[in-house]
Amino acid sequence: MTVKLTVSALAIAAAATSAYARDNVQVAGSSTVLPYASIVAEAFGENTDFPTPVVESGGSSAGLKRFCEGVGENTIDVANASRAIREKEIKACAENGVTDIIEVRIGYDGIVFASQQSGPAFTAFTPSDIFNALGAKVLKDGEVVDNPHNTWAEFNGDLPDAEIAAFIPGTKHGTREVFEEKVLLIGCEETGAMQAMIDGGMSEDDAEDACLAVRTDGKSVDIDGDYTETLARIDANPNGIGVFGLAFYENNQDKLKVATMSGVAPSTETIASGEYPVSRPLYFYVKKAHIGVIPGLKEYAQFFVADELAGPNGPLANYGLVSDPELAKVQQTVADEVTMGEGM
Amino acid sequence: MTDASMHETPRKSSIHTIDARTKQRNASESRFKAYGIAAIALGLFFLVVLFVSIVRSGLPAFTKTVVEVEFTLTQEQFEQAESQLMKTGAYQDLFIAGIQSQLDARNIDVQADPAALERLLGKIGGDIRAFYSENPGMVGEPHVFGLSASSRVDGYFNGRVTRETLVDSRFLQASDLDLVDALFEAGIIKSAFNWGFITGADSGVDNPGGAGIGVSVVGSFFMMLVVLVLSLPIGVAASIYLEEFAPKNRWTDLIEVNISNLAAVPSIVFGILGLAVFIQFMHLPQSAPLVGGLVLTLMTLPTIIISTRASLKSVPPSIRDAALGVGASKMQAVFHHVLPLAMPGILTGTIIGLAQALGETAPLLLIGMVGFVARGYPDGFVGGFVEPNSAMPAQIYTWAARADASFYDKAWGGIIVLLVFLLTMNIIAIILRRRFERRW
Repeated sequence: MTVKLTVSALAIAAAATSAYARDNVQVAGSSTVLPYASIVAEAFGENTDFPTPVVESGGSSAGLKRFCEGVGENTIDVANASRAIREKEIKACAENGVTDIIEVRIGYDGIVFASQQSGPAFTAFTPSDIFNALGAKVLKDGEVVDNPHNTWAEFNGDLPDAEIAAFIPGTKHGTREVFEEKVLLIGCEETGAMQAMIDGGMSEDDAEDACLAVRTDGKSVDIDGDYTETLARIDANPNGIGVFGLAFYENNQDKLKVATMSGVAPSTETIASGEYPVSRPLYFYVKKAHIGVIPGLKEYAQFFVADELAGPNGPLANYGLVSDPELAKVQQTVADEVTMGEGM
Repeated sequence: MTDASMHETPRKSSIHTIDARTKQRNASESRFKAYGIAAIALGLFFLVVLFVSIVRSGLPAFTKTVVEVEFTLTQEQFEQAESQLMKTGAYQDLFIAGIQSQLDARNIDVQADPAALERLLGKIGGDIRAFYSENPGMVGEPHVFGLSASSRVDGYFNGRVTRETLVDSRFLQASDLDLVDALFEAGIIKSAFNWGFITGADSGVDNPGGAGIGVSVVGSFFMMLVVLVLSLPIGVAASIYLEEFAPKNRWTDLIEVNISNLAAVPSIVFGILGLAVFIQFMHLPQSAPLVGGLVLTLMTLPTIIISTRASLKSVPPSIRDAALGVGASKMQAVFHHVLPLAMPGILTGTIIGLAQALGETAPLLLIGMVGFVARGYPDGFVGGFVEPNSAMPAQIYTWAARADASFYDKAWGGIIVLLVFLLTMNIIAIILRRRFERRW
């Protein structure tokens, strides 16, 4: 009896799946883009006759890796990314037959430094401050040394005399790259540490890598999870400084206070104008080979970048996305299915 | 040394006078009892703390703040809204205009500009559109809608948002709370039981009021069905063979060791296996409860095999011998006598395995069941297995990671629903066990 039951269950499963073609769009990737994608996916399901797309998280790199696994129903259609796709990834894609990729920029996201509402007054940072606090090797008294700083006041008297404790995104997050390039590297250059390293006999590339290294003595903690994990760490540590997305901060203003970067307060306006330095574009990538095979794929992409959603007054902007000033161009790209390389 | 001292004090024992050694033994016995009671008390204490904190944090998820007004949609408005790309947005605007005209009609004197009302309301366009597409006849007829308020207004009523901690933002401003109070007085804003939470699907991150766990309960149910139908027969057949029929040699030893090892393998490993074998090799659909169930079956099998073998072993050999003695074949002895007696133990093992599988998130991460899966209820029985769906623990995990604090309440509420599901499963198992139980 038991054997029969198992066999029949397997038979049903096999019959069911062979007759079943995927009718929903499958998305994976950046956890920064996930909130926006979920807003769009819900609205897409509510406003069209297509089923609601499935949006998974996992990070930009993981998403792009799955995206590049090949063409076919059992691979994802769209990869969300909080950074542009890399040459290496395009190559990996091509090796698996994913050649025609449509790149869609949906807008910009600001990265902010925030701390506990009732903690010390961390209200103004410069890239140099962050580098001095978190870099593996910093410039002290004209020499490049292993980071000796324990409190913020040690290198900048304007900052509170509080223990350094920073929670930064882990390496699998696209946010980390922006943090490195727009904060650490700039800070390294501004403090003169980079020049000192080059003078000390390092090549420029090596010096750049050394600048991006973060201290490993426990004062800087990599967070591999979501911003909620960072928030929980900040909640537990009054001296903690965390790296958040603008939208996440705006949703939790009652718990967090934000610091300015080089004197500019982060907001959708300052990010759109480019005054606030730490921002990055957000993307999603569409497999052209799946358009016309997976129902609703092109419609989803077009819906995402429509003025009603990604525009300055749309729900995405209301949630914290800085809308793309060149949205019309992006809409055209999607409508014409222009793949990477073609339009450039 | 010790020998010498023992000889020096000859024991004069009497059962009437308690000597020092007996006292010591009695004392250590009562000490041990006290430790035991303390351990149980500690366990109970943590259970109570856990239970109270779950219930306290989870209850807000079961109520929601609704804005209740009568609203009439004209045919013209209906057509105009349907012609747009963002139909739900159009309905939202129409509804806001509807509230304003209601305020005028009922002579409620409050400052209510559309922007403030927009901040007060949740994402309600979808609900309105769903209502009119289900009841096309209602266009032009007045209907009383009770639609969810925004998550911050909701938080204001359950104490998460207060006037002191509120920071003016585009989500809610301090002046809006006066409007909320006025509308509450007028009976337009009220608290209601959140049926949508129990029956609904997941919602976008900007729409906590619309989030529900019902669809993922169905996902978990279908997954458990797969696990039960596959792992119980396979597990029981494997253990009966290993325990009753298989020769004891190096091969069966090897198999035994491997089964024990499998039981200790971290669950995420099964997820990777599921991705590689079921999705990439066998081309089963992604995010489907069928695949989730298969992965969890692999995870549950060792647990079931081990507990089934233990309960088969615990059946007294005399019963087997008696059956064989009166001429039963080995198979008859097993199926007529041993298995029925082992059934309660097998059921216990199965239910422990299922409960473990029910709470598992990690293996589902890689097969696409964790994330935003809000397709709604599956289409029929087969759809339940193959249409994308989430599972309860995955849903809870997803909510806990969202920016809006309101989703945190939802996560706790989800845990309550998960516990209720688990309790139901256990009760069914206990009833079944009672019916199967035989004494000898």
